[in-house]
Amino acid sequence: MRKILAAETSGSGVRKRRTQRPVSEFLVFEDVSKHYGAVKAVDHVSLTVKQGEFFSLLGPSGCGKTTLLRILAGFEQPDTGRVLLGGEDVTDLPPYERKVNTIFQSYALFPHLSVWDNIAFGLKVAKRPKREIKDEVARMLTLIQMEDQAWKKPDQISGGQKQRVAIARALVNKPRVLLLDEPLAALDLKLRQRMLIELDLIHDEVGITFLYVTHDQGEAMSLSDRIAVMKLGKIEQLGTPAEIYEAPRSSFVAAFIGDTNFFDGTVAEPLEKNSVLDGFLSVAVDKDYSRLKIEDFPDLECFNDKQIKEGEHVFLSIRPEKLRISRERPEPGPHLNVIEGRVEDVIYLGSQTKYWVRTGDYRISVIRQHSRFLLDEKPIRWGERVWVSWHADDGFMLEKYSEQDENLIQLPPEEVGETTESNQILVRAPAAGAVPAGAAGR
Amino acid sequence: MKAERRRKLSEWLVTLPSFLWLLLLFLVPTALVFAIMFKPATPYGGIGEGWTLATLRTLGNPNYPAIVARTLWLSVAATALCILLATPMGYYMARVSPARRRLVLLLVILPFWTSFLVRIFAWKVLLHPEGMLKHGLVLLGLIAPETSLLYNAYAVLLVMVYTELPFAILPIYAASEKFDFRLIEAAKDLGATSFLAFRKIFLPGIRVGLLTAFLMVFIPSLGSYVIPDIVGGPTSEMIGNKIAQRTFVDRNLPHAAGLSALLTVAVLIPMVAITALRRKESPKDALREEGV
Ligand SMILES: Nc1ncnc2c1ncn2[C@@H]1O[C@H](COP(=O)(O)OP(=O)(O)OP(=O)(O)O)[C@@H](O)[C@H]1O
Ligand SMILES: [Mg+2]
Repeated sequence: MRKILAAETSGSGVRKRRTQRPVSEFLVFEDVSKHYGAVKAVDHVSLTVKQGEFFSLLGPSGCGKTTLLRILAGFEQPDTGRVLLGGEDVTDLPPYERKVNTIFQSYALFPHLSVWDNIAFGLKVAKRPKREIKDEVARMLTLIQMEDQAWKKPDQISGGQKQRVAIARALVNKPRVLLLDEPLAALDLKLRQRMLIELDLIHDEVGITFLYVTHDQGEAMSLSDRIAVMKLGKIEQLGTPAEIYEAPRSSFVAAFIGDTNFFDGTVAEPLEKNSVLDGFLSVAVDKDYSRLKIEDFPDLECFNDKQIKEGEHVFLSIRPEKLRISRERPEPGPHLNVIEGRVEDVIYLGSQTKYWVRTGDYRISVIRQHSRFLLDEKPIRWGERVWVSWHADDGFMLEKYSEQDENLIQLPPEEVGETTESNQILVRAPAAGAVPAGAAGR
Repeated sequence: MKAERRRKLSEWLVTLPSFLWLLLLFLVPTALVFAIMFKPATPYGGIGEGWTLATLRTLGNPNYPAIVARTLWLSVAATALCILLATPMGYYMARVSPARRRLVLLLVILPFWTSFLVRIFAWKVLLHPEGMLKHGLVLLGLIAPETSLLYNAYAVLLVMVYTELPFAILPIYAASEKFDFRLIEAAKDLGATSFLAFRKIFLPGIRVGLLTAFLMVFIPSLGSYVIPDIVGGPTSEMIGNKIAQRTFVDRNLPHAAGLSALLTVAVLIPMVAITALRRKESPKDALREEGV
């Protein structure tokens, strides 16, 4: 099956003009901007996508994802910058001369054409021989498992099937990049999960570059090789899903991707490093770790890779699953932070339990995985005094979270409802939990 | 079984008003026209007793085929020109900003506020041999001084297109407005040029509007007689003129009825053909009608 799209496109001038560039720079956005009136939809974005990569653009509504995609498809002309595809500048090419195809959020299937004719459209326009069109369409119909529905009209098939036809209609042209603009947004949760798996399979099978737009971090995390998190037309952070989740560069990213706890603090002096050198105890300053002062808390230690200076105000971000909860005070250890609190809420989720722990102004979210369940174990209950601990490496000092960010992260109500508690890694924190209770009031 | 019969009955009751309307205002008059055709004429313009084939025989007059042919080509040409002009117009109106759209819509229906006859006389003034248009064209050397802008088939065609254009624009605009223009983007995305996307996606997308425009222009065109009467001449008579002539000048009602019947048949043929075509195009609707 991998053969389906492995064959290079033939007969187009594109191939000749292609200069040899390293494949790692397959698709390049160079300083691309686009504004509508006063709105900067895309603001000096530079981005490189590798060949064969599943790359996602992720961000809240209105951050410019669709605009960036439309610039690549050729439906919008950027104000500044250029777009390179396989080393060729495509900025000024009309949409029909670009070897990219789009799967639209609304599918945009042609209502007067059958499934078969929809899929064949691109090939017919390209005036490919009849036999070839027949074979290619048949192959696509097999790929999307809709051989027996070929003569139905789009209004006679289900949402998931429309989705698959839209995918086939784009893929049959063997695009160099497949653009997907929130392709699953119109589907219900169950169908979306199935289509996620199918998309992943198709990507593996056809091996072409996917540029995927979504505001659903779960989709982005589970499918992508790399993700660019966008905010207000700019790329906030770019990296693999794990990098973005484990090492968010800003509090916006930390809150947008997954669930997190924020603490409002001030950076204090760096830690001393004690080391034994040639029998002498030497005390040196360890720039990697800093002390952190947070109101109502004992002094904490935190990894300070960004060399944030003393006296700066920061947000300390810690993911709920990085926190440990226990009845007894844990043994002090190197770089271990311990704070005391009282359990305010316990939510049993089967594979894990979620605790809400109150300490001063903060309501801390803690996730405990149930790796082993002992029948005689006395589970921690509501109202108990507990210790919450974490390793200094697991906290991130981030710049403060602005009010604007908070508005961006607030989701429309129906989308909050779709995420499930048990799907923890994919769940965005309900705003009340992610933001320190005190931060809003202070 | 009883429920079935009740369902049938209520269905029948629901369709009754439109059926009555059709019966009273279409079928009965048409039947009357066809019946009168076979009645003898009285010298005083009345309808005589008994039945005769005299009228049918006079329809064989060699003048009539030429007039029918002219009526058909003028109607086809007027319809084609109207649709040709109205389609880009409808596309444009569906794409402009709502404010501009309202303005254009107003301009399209503005002529209706003036009497149809006044507007045709205005054309007569415009095209008059001593009119400004004629003088201007002669001055520019575009036409010879002896050519007449009036009293020929082209003048008739021009004024027909002018009067019927709004009836083509409105249904095409209504269909274009409902058209999902993202489909055009999808077509371009798949490699179609703007023109190809327009032809392969936009035109089929508004085909109901196009069919409506066709019927709205073609059928009145076939029956027009005021326009050829005022701006046309003896060489641009249409069948409508002949019917009027038989009715008001010759006062021969059966003869007029015969010509009307001829026209009715000419109108019904394209209508039936189009209805059949539409039925074939949407087998799903046909299935629904059969209760599947
Ligand atoms: N055609 C347009 N005219 C005016 N403003 C526009 C246009 N298209 C987009 N915008 C604005 O540009 C910004 C970015 O829009 P874009 O559609 O790229 O967002 P998005 O990230 O795709 O959002 P969503 O997740 O809601 O689809 C928004 O503020 C939007 O209002
Ligand atoms: Mg969008």
